Amino acid sequence: MIRIKKLHKSYPMGKSSLHVLKGLDLEVKEGEFIAIMGSSGSGKSTLLNIIGLLDTHDEGEYYLNGELIENLNEKKAAILRNKFLGFIFQSFNLITYKNALENVALPLYYQGMKRVERNKKALQYLEKVGLKDWAHHLPNELSGGQKQRVAVARALVGNPKVILADEPTGALDSETSAGVMKLLREINDEGMTLVVITHEEEIAEMSDRIIRLKDGIIVSDEKVLHSDKAITTK
Amino acid sequence: MFDLDRWREIFQAISKNKLRTVLTGFTIAFAILLFTLLFGIGNGLKNSFAEMFAGDANNAIYVRSWKTTKPYKGLQVGRRIQFKNDDYKFIVDEFGDDIQYLTSLYTKFVKAIYKNETSNYQLRGSHPDIQFLEELVVEKGRFFSEFDLKKKAKVIVIGRLVEKDLFGRRSALNKYISLDGFNYKVIGVFSDPGGDNDERYIYTPLSTLQGMYGNTDYINNLRLTFRPTMSNSEAIAFGKKIKKKFQEKHQVAPRDQSGIIIQNMAEANQAVGAVMFGLTVGILIIGLGTLIAGIIGVSNIMVFVVKERTKELGIRKALGATPKSIVGMIIQETILITAIAGYSGLLAGTAILRFIKPTLEEYKIIDPSVSDVLVIGATITLILSGLLAGYLPAKRAARIKPIEALNAG
Repeated sequence: MIRIKKLHKSYPMGKSSLHVLKGLDLEVKEGEFIAIMGSSGSGKSTLLNIIGLLDTHDEGEYYLNGELIENLNEKKAAILRNKFLGFIFQSFNLITYKNALENVALPLYYQGMKRVERNKKALQYLEKVGLKDWAHHLPNELSGGQKQRVAVARALVGNPKVILADEPTGALDSETSAGVMKLLREINDEGMTLVVITHEEEIAEMSDRIIRLKDGIIVSDEKVLHSDKAITTK
Repeated sequence: MFDLDRWREIFQAISKNKLRTVLTGFTIAFAILLFTLLFGIGNGLKNSFAEMFAGDANNAIYVRSWKTTKPYKGLQVGRRIQFKNDDYKFIVDEFGDDIQYLTSLYTKFVKAIYKNETSNYQLRGSHPDIQFLEELVVEKGRFFSEFDLKKKAKVIVIGRLVEKDLFGRRSALNKYISLDGFNYKVIGVFSDPGGDNDERYIYTPLSTLQGMYGNTDYINNLRLTFRPTMSNSEAIAFGKKIKKKFQEKHQVAPRDQSGIIIQNMAEANQAVGAVMFGLTVGILIIGLGTLIAGIIGVSNIMVFVVKERTKELGIRKALGATPKSIVGMIIQETILITAIAGYSGLLAGTAILRFIKPTLEEYKIIDPSVSDVLVIGATITLILSGLLAGYLPAKRAARIKPIEALNAG
């Protein structure tokens, strides 16, 4: 699903430049649930942004769903994001003046789906995350956990190949975090590929594979052995 | 291309962000309001300026005479040139083809008596063409004719105010008025767009007046209008030609400014035209300046609007919005706001103009208004300015990387 070879990325900092990713290799298979860990400055967010086509890489190869990503213009990137990728952000990034249903329906709007159809589909996904009754509430009328559930529904609604989550529980208390992670687990169980960035061990433990980043390279890549199978199946 | 979904998005963005919409709209509405007011008042000024020159035919030429100031062919300085009836014939013979209306004018101050009412007026002896030269409007009865002139009929046509002075509310028609002791029959009453003074004249056939006072053939001056098809420069040349011929006839030095005096409306028209042109250009500059100020104001606000929406636009991009759809959305939104706000400004402006019209007219600013063409033109300008004001910030917003937009707080 995702194949990365010798990926480099640096950011200009005044006259010098900051080398963030230093020849990174990574492969994510379909249906995998991986967590990327690392301290701040390790390059984990940069990696996720490049995978998410929100940012471009300098060197190396990146294949998304078998397609080589290169010389991507904004329009092509937008179409690929819309088709293949779903995003979940730490700060939810819901549009404040749109209600839950409208927020969830937005990716479908950019897919060119008819209004009635996309509202129907958006409502289905809100139901899936347990927020059907909150469909017509604005984001500021929802709790943090509810907002993130709306964001999850929005990420799922366009039927993407990969869901990318950047610290999805970073702004939530531990109880709510567990709820959101459980939801992500369920989504993975249905076959969705998930890439989650986190710096919390507990959260990472819920994935299938943990990748640790340090100074722009992968320092460890290990499978998680779920001693408590309840998390995966329940 | 009409995209209902796009419009829905825009209406939602506009109505859910009222303060932003109102701020943007207010700037453009205010600019257009000012534009309309300035243009309207400017037009009013132009109208009053034009009105000042109404009342006399604008293709008129006056031929007057006075004392010479230069010796010529052995003749003394200070000789008074006196026009006579043969000068009228001279003009007809020399320039008949280029003349529309022509009259001699010979005037006397007379004491008018009707029953107990007495007043003094200028009695003007002329040819019937004076009616058209002075643009007199016959309100009652008729003007005197060539036939009256030939017969030296003792008939008069009096101004509206003469009738009011002597007859009050009664009609003067077919009554007899005594002028310096002679009775004249009133055959008509006229009004004159030129104003009050011009409505206190009494007109009679030239031959009648000349016969009454010493059977003279003197006249004071000649008035004519040139052929209306003549261009302004042709008309100025025509006036100079008349002057030259009259100077030859009366043996006045060609460089003498005083003996024969020609007053040519064509020359005045040229001056009036220049002033009107200046006024129009001035109004245009002020109007355009206001519009440009409005456009700049809106552009500034749009920069802030886009900045404020950076995060929203980033979210949209992450969800699959193409740069084109972002630019399109912002431009469409801006155009909608500017068009609606601009039109409200225009409506408010015309309403205010209508409201202050009576006050302005006290200050001699007549009919301050804006034309339909201007309204349509201004609306189109507005829509274009909305396009301009929205395009650059939108373009920049579309180019910003989604990740930067998302991090923008």
